[in-house]
Parts: sequence; structure tokens; C-alpha cells
Amino acid sequence: MEEKRHTSREYERELQEIKNGLLYLGAMTERAIDRGVKALLERDSDLARQVICDDDQIDKIDVEIEEKCIRLLALRQPAARDLRFITTAIKINGHLERIGDMASNIAEKAIILNEVPQIKPYIDLPRMADIARSMIKESLDALVHENVELAKKVREEDDTIDQLNEQIFRELLTFMLEDPRKIHASLYIMQISKSLERISDHAAGIADMVVYMVTGKSVRHKSSCESKE
Amino acid sequence: MVIVEKNVIIKTRNVDFFYGSFRALTDVTMDFEQNRVTALIGPSGCGKSTLLRVLNRMNDLIDGTRVEGEILFEGKNIYAPDVDPVEIRRRIGMVFQKPNPFPKSIFNNITYAPKLSGIKSKRDLETLVEGSLKQAVLWDEVKDILDHSAMTLSGGQQQRLCIARALAMKPDILLMDEPTSALDPISTAKIEELIDELKKQYTIIIVTHNMQQAARVSEHTGFFYIGKLIEFNTTEKIFTNPDVKQTEEYITGRFG
Repeated sequence: MEEKRHTSREYERELQEIKNGLLYLGAMTERAIDRGVKALLERDSDLARQVICDDDQIDKIDVEIEEKCIRLLALRQPAARDLRFITTAIKINGHLERIGDMASNIAEKAIILNEVPQIKPYIDLPRMADIARSMIKESLDALVHENVELAKKVREEDDTIDQLNEQIFRELLTFMLEDPRKIHASLYIMQISKSLERISDHAAGIADMVVYMVTGKSVRHKSSCESKE
Repeated sequence: MVIVEKNVIIKTRNVDFFYGSFRALTDVTMDFEQNRVTALIGPSGCGKSTLLRVLNRMNDLIDGTRVEGEILFEGKNIYAPDVDPVEIRRRIGMVFQKPNPFPKSIFNNITYAPKLSGIKSKRDLETLVEGSLKQAVLWDEVKDILDHSAMTLSGGQQQRLCIARALAMKPDILLMDEPTSALDPISTAKIEELIDELKKQYTIIIVTHNMQQAARVSEHTGFFYIGKLIEFNTTEKIFTNPDVKQTEEYITGRFG
């Protein structure tokens, strides 16, 4: 959809700058997840420490983007699509920052797990990480192209992640029942799985905000009663 | 597009308006709800002020103008041959862009028109002055200087005096043509607060170039472009998620 340009080019540039900032932040979080999980798979604690350290950079950009959004709200009094974009950007920014924290958590747990013998081969965790990363990428693609269909697809992928998380939970539960010495490692693996599950929740949250931005309708909440049926 | 249905006080039906051969309005159909503020927005020359002036026959004063279609005020076409335009303008008051008090005392500014319309009693006139100035939230500032010239007041005070002057005729509808465009932000805020207060008793139709003002004061907003009503919707809808792309382009500043 070809958009008319703003009469004020500076305003146009500022909006674009926010969009670019979100894409950059998104790329940083994808990299953090990738490297956090790699630190676990390759038992590379130095890499894990690097991921934790890099989260400062994510936090810094989070603050920068937020400041830009607040500045535009104050100075430009955005309306309609611009207003929806900026409020969406503030929320997406928050989701991405939390994803960064989750990646950092994964790295912390990896350092602990790397200290003890590996209790099982990691198969589902990297699968979850791949899906979660592609969800972030797709949700931001949906933002750039204002693509509601793609955003809705991201929401569906969240279900796969939830299933994998439950599967890992059950598997580890059996491990723990069989051998209490594996409880320690199992609990940390579970936390990593939970972090990945939450990352996908955040990605789905981004996708939901894209749907709002494009259509003006909020799709963030499903009734809890219905989903339990 | 939302057509307002309840308590419509004045409505236009397929209104075309011409300045000579120039068509300034095309097929405008709108309902204005009672005790509500309706804002008319759009770029210069879009016809919003013309429509405002059509609503109380102010354009009658310009030679070569012509109205087609109907403007129904309480169900009756105000352009019907038996309608007295002076009576229409009494019931549909107007406040202009620049404060235009008469070069008379504050008191006489308010009483000028009521006197012409036959109110003679000094007591009645005094009550009217106090009532109108209080409604326009100017009373406290001028009650001790009612005999001073209106020209000594600040711009914001002058504009509120003009509103008080319009209210003194006890109109049903108040038309405001960019009432704050010549005022500073504080005076503007006072007028906007006043509008909020006045809508309890009056129906207000306001033309404004300040879109944030339209967003702040009105319940319904009509967007005009080249003489046509492009979108008429609740103000909230217009400013968060308008139905028509052209409206969105205009209010977000992607225009021209």
C-alpha cells in the first residue's frame, strides 16, 4: 500500500527512525536468543557471558526508542495511523526489551548447566529457539508491511511453542522421577524452555499490536473461560 | 459514515452552494445533534466556513450567492420564503475568528441587540448582562468595569465578550468560525472550557483549523475537502481510526 508522504519531511523521518530502531532491536534480540541457546548447545560459557553483557545494549536502545516515541507524542500530536503506530511502537519496544531479558536468562542458566554433566541431548530446545526467532522476525516483517495475515500466522505459531514447552516439561518430569540427581539440571532446562515459551508470547504480543495498528481493533485478549473448554 | 440520529436540531439535505458560478459546496448532508459540539475541519477553501454561514443565512448578505437543497432547523427549511432571516440569526448566533466587539462599553455591547429587539427595562437589561457575562465566564473579570470600552479588554476577553453578546440573544445554536485562531494558548484554553460548559444549554458548531482543538472540544467531526463532506463521524473515530483514507491523510498531515 503506497502511503502519501508527510507534509513535514522531518516528521516522516522521525517516524521512520522509530521503525528502523525497532527492526534493529528485533535483530539484536534474535541474535541474543541464537547465541544464548548456542552457548548451551556448545557448552560455551564465555559466549553466554557475552550474551548477558550485550543485554545492556538492548536496554539502551529500548530507552532511546521510547524517548523518541514520547518526543513525537509531545511535539507532533500524532493522530490516526501515526498515533496507532507510535503507541504500537512503544508496546513493541517493551516486548523486545523483555525478549532481550529472556535471552539473557537463558544464557545465565546455560552457564549453570555447563558446569554439570549434560543429562540429555538438547533437541526440542533449539527447535523452540528457531521458531521463537522466526516469530520475532515475522512479527516485525508484518509491522513493516502492515501485513495482518502474517501477524495472525505468528499468533498460531505460539501454539506450537506451548506444545513443545509442555512436552519438555513432561519429559523432564520423568527424568526427575527416575533419578533425583537429575533434578538440579532438569529444573534449569525447564527454566530455559519457559523463557523460550515466554519469548514466543512476546512475539505473539508484537503480532497482536501489528493487527491493532493496521485495523484499529484490539485482538490481544482471548477469553480465558473459552480457551479452557 | 455515521449519521447522527437522536435529537437532531438542525440538518442539511443535499446542500449545494454557489458564489456566482463557483460551486463552494456539493451535496452536503449532515445532522447536527442538540447540546453537542460538532467540529468542521478541512484545508482552506474546503467549504467549512461557507457551510457554517449557510446555517444562519449569513451568506444572504453576499451578492450572487445561491443555495440549493434544504437546511432544516427544527424541521423547517430556513431558506423557505416565509422565514425571516433576522429571526434565524437570532436563534442561530455566530462568533467570528477575530474578536469584533462594538466600539462601545462592555455593557452596551451586550445590550445592543436585545434593545433593538425590544427589551427596554433597565432591570431586565442588567440581568441579561450579568447572566450572559457569567455564562461566558467573563463576569468576574469585568463586573466592576462594565462602563469601560470593550476595546480596552484583552483579545481573549474580547472574544468571550463576543460570545456573551451572542448568548444575550438566547440562541439555540452557536456557530463559531475559528473562535480561537487569534488568541494565545491560555485564552484558547478558556474558550475551549467555555465551549464545554455552553454545550449543556446550546448546540455548538465550530470551524477550526486546529485539529487538536476539534479533537478536544467536539463529539462529532465532519471533514470537508473541495466543497464535499468526505467523512462525518464521532470525533474519537476520526482521530484514532477514520473510515476514509483521505480523512486520515489530512489529519496526519499527509496532504497537498
